[in-house]
Amino acid sequence: MYNFTYHRASGLRQATNLLGKLDEAKLLAGGQTLLPTMKQRLAAPANLVDLNKVEGLSGIELQGRALVIGAMTRHAEVASSPVVQQAIPALAHLAGLIGDPAVRHMGTLGGSVANNDPNADYPAACLALAATIITTKRKLIADEFFTGLFETALMPDEIVVKVSFPLPKKAAYEKFRNPASRYALVGVFVAKRPSEIRVAVTGAGTSGVFRVPAFEEALKKRFSPKALDGLGVPADGMSSDIHGGAEYRAHLVGVMAKRAVAAAME
Amino acid sequence: MPRVSLTVNGKAVTADVESRTLLVQFLRENLRLTGTHVGCDTSQCGCCVVHVDGRAVKSCTILVQQAEGADVKTIESLAVGDTLHPMQEAFRQNHGLQCGFCTPGMIMTAVDLVARKGHDLDDKTIREELEGNLCRCTGYHNIVKSIAAGAKAMAATTTAQAAE
Ligand SMILES: Cc1cc2nc3c(=O)[nH]c(=O)nc-3n(C[C@H](O)[C@H](O)[C@H](O)COP(=O)(O)OP(=O)(O)OC[C@H]3O[C@@H](n4cnc5c(N)ncnc54)[C@H](O)[C@@H]3O)c2cc1C
Ligand code: FES
Ligand code: FES
Repeated sequence: MYNFTYHRASGLRQATNLLGKLDEAKLLAGGQTLLPTMKQRLAAPANLVDLNKVEGLSGIELQGRALVIGAMTRHAEVASSPVVQQAIPALAHLAGLIGDPAVRHMGTLGGSVANNDPNADYPAACLALAATIITTKRKLIADEFFTGLFETALMPDEIVVKVSFPLPKKAAYEKFRNPASRYALVGVFVAKRPSEIRVAVTGAGTSGVFRVPAFEEALKKRFSPKALDGLGVPADGMSSDIHGGAEYRAHLVGVMAKRAVAAAME
Repeated sequence: MPRVSLTVNGKAVTADVESRTLLVQFLRENLRLTGTHVGCDTSQCGCCVVHVDGRAVKSCTILVQQAEGADVKTIESLAVGDTLHPMQEAFRQNHGLQCGFCTPGMIMTAVDLVARKGHDLDDKTIREELEGNLCRCTGYHNIVKSIAAGAKAMAATTTAQAAE
């Protein structure tokens, strides 16, 4: 890892100022993606601005009909939180499937959504639950926030502060793990919301997390795995790598979607 | 060079370090606590697991600066004099190691697991919790056995201490 200058931010305003003022500055949250990337020299920021000592960035709170989770909340806290387990059990389940216990002790919600890894789990939850990502500058709905592979609508000096998840009527996440990396080879999050059904897929798309309108319409008519019989996504647009080809991934999307609907009905 | 202060195995330490110093580097190279191993340096193997403020983390994937003010415990903190910690003793009794390279991380992960999930652990739970710890020797079977036994033994020690 190339050397850099470390800065410990004590507040959001200071962190924003540092990001604006310093050359090639990056935020450091849990470091579970950024540090491995820097060791591989895929990233070499000159400055790191650490959010770990910024007050008020972590926490879980039910606010009316929404579950609000701070950006620095660790995956392990989301997984084991009775509030999350009660309000959106699928989200607690998802957080508990990320990586391994040590990764979950460090990795954060904000880091995961800001990174928008095409194989990460949280982006699927945000998109399916119609979450709002609240930043230091504005509020962005998930559909506008995730813009492509490792790409988001975030500006260079914009910080994710929290994410608000409206409570669904039913929801479930089914993940087909890559056994080596533990990321999703394909993961499908299904949410039955008061007004609509959403199906979001991670791991499979060449441009990151995406929704499947055909599945959503079928499930709106009948919320059952059977409603998805005969439906599928085209292999065109699916990613293909040593872990699985495009056709395999396309097939898995259908299988995991059915499993998720079945799990949501339980 | 930036200064960092933290507590390691009960002792306060302060040092000037490069910004990029990883916690594992600091432990091994500055403090000469070489019980914590580096197996992969890519966050995969868990040989480097230590406890930071009571939570198991991969010390190869955290800057020492991120542990400013924290209470860090390494494998060296477990034994009391010549008496092994119950989890260490369980690994010895159950042949839970061969070359021993993964063992410090396995044991620190196991002690964290007991703190979170209690003393009565089934094999499935133990195997799931070892997701981030790789062993190239044992085939895991005896590691799982060791952790189940160690978890029970830790309960006995806690009760004994409480009774004293
Ligand atoms: C062995 C291993 C297995 C893993 N398995 C999985 C898995 O199964 N599923 C999964 O989803 N992930 C997995 N991860 C990734 C993990 O979830 C990371 O924690 C997460 O992707 C990034 O969060 P972080 O807090 O560690 O962020 P960091 O690594 O600190 O930062 C990541 C990026 O986000 C930016 N950033 C961080 N916080 C903010 C913020 N508040 N506002 C704006 N930008 C910000 C940083 O500048 C950086 O570019 C795994 C990681 C490892 C090491
Ligand atoms: S050396 Fe840290 S996980 Fe392998
Ligand atoms: S005992 Fe050799 S790596 Fe586990």
